[in-house]
Amino acid sequence: MNMLWLQSAGCGGCTMSLLCAEDPNVMDLLDGAGIDLLWHPSISEMTGAPVRRLLEAIEAGEQPLDVLCIEGSILRGPNGTGRYHMLAGTGRSMLDWVQSLAPRAQHVVAVGTCATFGGVTSTGENPADAVGVQYDGGHKGGALNAEFTSRSGLPVINVAGCPTHPDWVTETLLMLADGALGTGDLDGFARPRFYADHLVHHACPKNEFYEYKASATELSEMGCMMENLGCIGTQAVGDCNIRSWNGEGSCTRAGYPCINCTAPEFEEPGHGFTETPKFAGIPIGLPTDMPKAWFMALASLSKKATPKRIEINATADRIEIPPTLRRPKS
Amino acid sequence: MSETQLLVGPFNRVEGDLEVRLDVSEGQVQAAYVNSPLFRGFERMLLGKGPLDALTITPRICGICSISQSAAAAFALADAAGGLPAPMGARVAALLHMVENQSDHMTHFNLFFMPDFARPGYAGRAWHDRVVDRFTAVKGAGLHAAVDARARLLHIVGMLGGKWPHTLAIQPGGVTRAPSSRDKIRIKASLTAFRKYLEGQMFGAPLETFAELATLDQLNAWETGDIGLFNEVSQDLRLDQSGIGAGRYLSFGAYPGPDGHVFKRGTLAGETPHPLDETAITEDVSHAWMLGGTQAPLNGQTLPDEAMREDAYSWCKAPRLDGLGYETGALARQAIDGHPLALALAAEASVRARVMGRLLELARAHIAAESLLDRIIPSEPFMAHIDLPRDGTGVGLVEAARGALGHWLRIEDGQIANYQIIAPTTWNFSPRDAQGVPGPLEAALVGAEVREGEDAPLSVQHIVRSFDPCMVCTVH
Repeated sequence: MNMLWLQSAGCGGCTMSLLCAEDPNVMDLLDGAGIDLLWHPSISEMTGAPVRRLLEAIEAGEQPLDVLCIEGSILRGPNGTGRYHMLAGTGRSMLDWVQSLAPRAQHVVAVGTCATFGGVTSTGENPADAVGVQYDGGHKGGALNAEFTSRSGLPVINVAGCPTHPDWVTETLLMLADGALGTGDLDGFARPRFYADHLVHHACPKNEFYEYKASATELSEMGCMMENLGCIGTQAVGDCNIRSWNGEGSCTRAGYPCINCTAPEFEEPGHGFTETPKFAGIPIGLPTDMPKAWFMALASLSKKATPKRIEINATADRIEIPPTLRRPKS
Repeated sequence: MSETQLLVGPFNRVEGDLEVRLDVSEGQVQAAYVNSPLFRGFERMLLGKGPLDALTITPRICGICSISQSAAAAFALADAAGGLPAPMGARVAALLHMVENQSDHMTHFNLFFMPDFARPGYAGRAWHDRVVDRFTAVKGAGLHAAVDARARLLHIVGMLGGKWPHTLAIQPGGVTRAPSSRDKIRIKASLTAFRKYLEGQMFGAPLETFAELATLDQLNAWETGDIGLFNEVSQDLRLDQSGIGAGRYLSFGAYPGPDGHVFKRGTLAGETPHPLDETAITEDVSHAWMLGGTQAPLNGQTLPDEAMREDAYSWCKAPRLDGLGYETGALARQAIDGHPLALALAAEASVRARVMGRLLELARAHIAAESLLDRIIPSEPFMAHIDLPRDGTGVGLVEAARGALGHWLRIEDGQIANYQIIAPTTWNFSPRDAQGVPGPLEAALVGAEVREGEDAPLSVQHIVRSFDPCMVCTVH
């Protein structure tokens, strides 16, 4: 299986994250799975004219293409021309290249939330008119139309995340190489279910605080960040706390909120990223699949039941009170 | 050879998109025009947002300088508030920033810069087979060792910052996680493992031995490790005479904190460093597809020229200090810090000088990181409470791996009213200014050798990559 990687309008961080893949590193991983890199802008030797010839050969159907990975959003501006991002040396917009190459590929993989949904590049007034490869925010239809399927019959596979976890990308590619990723393996936003069926909340180390709604009031405190600090890990898809990042990391483990970066339009939460919108003092967002009345009832009950250890630790920056030791009876 | 024009692009193994247009005659580059062909408009995206949102949005300007952007935003916000981070928080933030910069330096050497010498165009050179083994793109053994070492080094960011890139751990008041004594031990283990990699593979000797080199003669005699191999390549290809810059350097000072800067701030033109007056910085837009005139960044605007007028050729503005262009990066930083070898290299201003300046910093900054970690005391607070003003201005100046990075912020009525960013590669890869004076890379490319039949001249590739450009930061 061969692969071409294009960097469109993004920060390049998904590639930088991909290079953090371990056991084995990304080069060995792809090589071991028989994935041959036709070209990648950050790591391949080829530069300039030979790259242009490669792109032209794919476009002409002379060079088969198994996987087209696109990192970064696609710019349509100014005025629909796509000229805010010309693919260097080609005199053509990336928008034009993506629309031309995608139908040639067996699979199209959008890497990162810019490529999937537009992401941070579409923040605010969206100056460059950025969209995802097949989505414009949460709506289907981006640089490619809503009905687009690649030669495999799959829609654009949306490996969302800002950045993507290296394993989300490599495991998607390995599953494609293995013929193990079908329509049923993608969720309602075409994200691979192997990571999108989990919530960031799963295995969050702050779960005991969450159980009692023992909340941090400022960043660097240990408590749950849902009530005051904008954390939406109970709604955000991702296995971040199950598999962890860069060794043993995750956003909530490092003491800052999950901002739902795997979701369409996460860049525009409608409030500050580190604050929780409330109505009458009560957070507006509910944990996924939680009935509101039950959530309210359980939250008020559990708050009252908060053990002192958890209450004190919640607003401390380190464990002040350790768990009570249970002595053997004899 | 008659006059020809070459268009080199997509120019890869740089971060982001780059196109270089060359006027060539007599086998040499006569003039170069550097185009940053991507405009996203971060400065506009931030308008009307809550000031703290800059901490989430600006790191996403760049996936390779993400922590640098975090740090600049946090400093700008703290400056607007007139507050200071908790001293221990500042040290952890500086450590996170150092790890990113070190990771970038070794990524540049191993993945971006050295693979060009493995090209078939150099077959037959005495060193070629060894470079092919170590640095062939994607496959080289040295390159693989580097990627493995880099991933392990970034465990420090995983632990303290949650993930890399794009952490939200660095705040105006400090950092969001107070490391425990156990965390500190793990971080020390990660730094020690990284030292082992650097000494075993890249330097082939103790870091201190390289950091103590004081003259070009001593450097020329360095034979061990990958740096010894590069030395051999460099002397054979005369990279000390290639890509000569104007010799004007700028550093905002690296890792400001309670202990002062780890590497000093200032400018250098000639033999001795001078103080920096950042209020003399302006951005010229005469050759950029931007509207509005020359402005100081605090009053700057980002108004893209949708017509992409003919007399402009890049989305990059042209920053100038007192009307002059400056080169920025590890070489500038180490020279302005007063290191004798770096000062000699800065006078040389070549491809070799930029690369060796970066490697010198890799050694010196690692030693500094170990010392910084020793001074992190887990029992102290890591976050200070800082309230932002409803109205105010703030400036955040840091040193990214690639050089001077500044954020200029104005808050009005609790919202971002203006946000201007000048990134290192904005300086280095600036287009011409209103006087027609080329940017540092454009000037350094003049005279580069173009061999018969080359459409992406190797000499040009070495010169461009010697700056370690970050194009996504450049225009942002």
